[in-house]
Amino acid sequence: MADYIIRDSYPVQTAAYESAGDASARIKRKLKQLGIDSAILRRIAVASYEAELNLIIHSHGGELIMEMTPKSIVLISKDVGPGIADISQALKEGYSTASEEARDLGFGAGMGLPNMKRNADSFDITSEVGVGTTIQMGFQIA
Amino acid sequence: MNESKFHSVRLDKDKCKGCTNCLKRCPTEAIRIRGGRAHIINERCIDCGECIRVCDYHAKYAQTDPLSVIERFKYKIALPAPSLYGQFKGKIDRSQILEGLLKIGFDDVFEVATGADIVTRAIRENMRNATPDQFPLISSACPVIVRLIRSRFPELISHVVDIRQPMEVAAMVARKEFCKKHDVDPGDVGCFFITPCAAKVTAIRNPLTLQQSACDGAISMIEIYGLLAGSMKNFTLHAERATSTAYGVGWAKSGGEMAAVAPEHSMAVDGIENVIRVLEEIENNKLRDLVFFEGAACTGGCVGGPLTFENSYIARNAIRALMSGCDFTHPDEAVKASYLTKYNLYTERPITPNSVMRLDDDIIEAMRKMEEMEQIVRSLPGYDCGSCGSPTCRTFAEDIVRGFATKMDCIHMLKDQLKIMAQKMVELSNTTRE
Repeated sequence: MADYIIRDSYPVQTAAYESAGDASARIKRKLKQLGIDSAILRRIAVASYEAELNLIIHSHGGELIMEMTPKSIVLISKDVGPGIADISQALKEGYSTASEEARDLGFGAGMGLPNMKRNADSFDITSEVGVGTTIQMGFQIA
Repeated sequence: MNESKFHSVRLDKDKCKGCTNCLKRCPTEAIRIRGGRAHIINERCIDCGECIRVCDYHAKYAQTDPLSVIERFKYKIALPAPSLYGQFKGKIDRSQILEGLLKIGFDDVFEVATGADIVTRAIRENMRNATPDQFPLISSACPVIVRLIRSRFPELISHVVDIRQPMEVAAMVARKEFCKKHDVDPGDVGCFFITPCAAKVTAIRNPLTLQQSACDGAISMIEIYGLLAGSMKNFTLHAERATSTAYGVGWAKSGGEMAAVAPEHSMAVDGIENVIRVLEEIENNKLRDLVFFEGAACTGGCVGGPLTFENSYIARNAIRALMSGCDFTHPDEAVKASYLTKYNLYTERPITPNSVMRLDDDIIEAMRKMEEMEQIVRSLPGYDCGSCGSPTCRTFAEDIVRGFATKMDCIHMLKDQLKIMAQKMVELSNTTRE
């Protein structure tokens, strides 16, 4: 039964500030019902929230995917552009390309990707300008 | 009665009409309507008293102690919550209320506001030694919020202040000082909290973080209101009884504890739904610079408690007016350092998470139930009407998966089913006619 898997997808629209946090809140509620350890859950909550906000602030739209097995949880953030030109720079704390609008709303502190990386057990990011970005974060739960 | 399962919030089955008012308003989805009557799921109830407020038929009530309970003890001490001071209209002096309590049968009074002063100083001392990961510190004053965190935000448990509540500290100090002054046995002294809410009753009867409460009972404000108001006339004032600072009195209203404990980089939120929203933000690490969080389940803070008499906003104003006449020395100076060494102000055991949301202890089984639940949710109409007896379609699906409900409890699904059956009957009758 170790390969028993749950897979959920939560679409996230660009600039949908009014629903910011909805997808990560749903993921969080679900994981609580599944009985995930609270310390791990908090890390997933932070990472999924940052990923969701990144999709809203920076992407042309995308989705947040949660894949869960009895041993691990994988969060995938997938978007359809614009893509990141310099990933290593984007991973630096305090670096942000957020729009004026997003900054006015208190976002764009340049902590999104660093926070995701810090909270996940494994972190993988691939991006192509004009195509899109995929971030994969792994969490061991057993 | 099993005290470990004690809840103050109760249902009077005879008065319940089985409507959906409480069902829809319960913040922890702890109510179901079954067999035409409300049913409180004890494991989920956090004693917020929201259902007491919204029930038009007064079928929900808080179990408190009657005033006669004090007769069990030779010496009786009243511990008035600071919110009691907001219950009386007009120019009323705090000492007048305290004297009134003596008139209705107590031998002594000790202000819980003084307990709040001591707790204020203790939390502030603690804060200086707190590690960065303990911030924001979360107030433990509202027992509803502590129970909410236990079941809905277990990852925030480590942030909750581990100092006893003001009423516990007040009871400890009051009993000790009374015994010393009058040279009596502690067992002969009963300490009774005058409570604005049901949750404090539960916190006394079934304490989460103490082996045993220092309070011997809780009497509701609303019960003694008339008696107390009547006894507050014509007597000599003893101003020396009112010794708490303006800060201690301020704990009665939302923001009062924050103003005393950590006025900078802190936040006070009242109303349980608002508190839930902000705790979500804290959980997401969004409020990184926050030092202290005060959450009160009731609108306006304790003055808005379900067992108070006066309107929450009027009471809040009364508290504000009363504070202006109080001593504004900060508890850091007003509270003697000896209180912090002489008494054990810490809680005795950690808060444990309440895993009531969990679908199953076995993770594979929980995953299976989750998938089944999602499937059921997709087949439901999504009206969240409550006619099935569960608060939302999602909770209804959860109840089915847990084995507490069946799909045909949904009247909309039942209607569809009946339509199909009726069509079949028509078809059947048509075929027999030919």
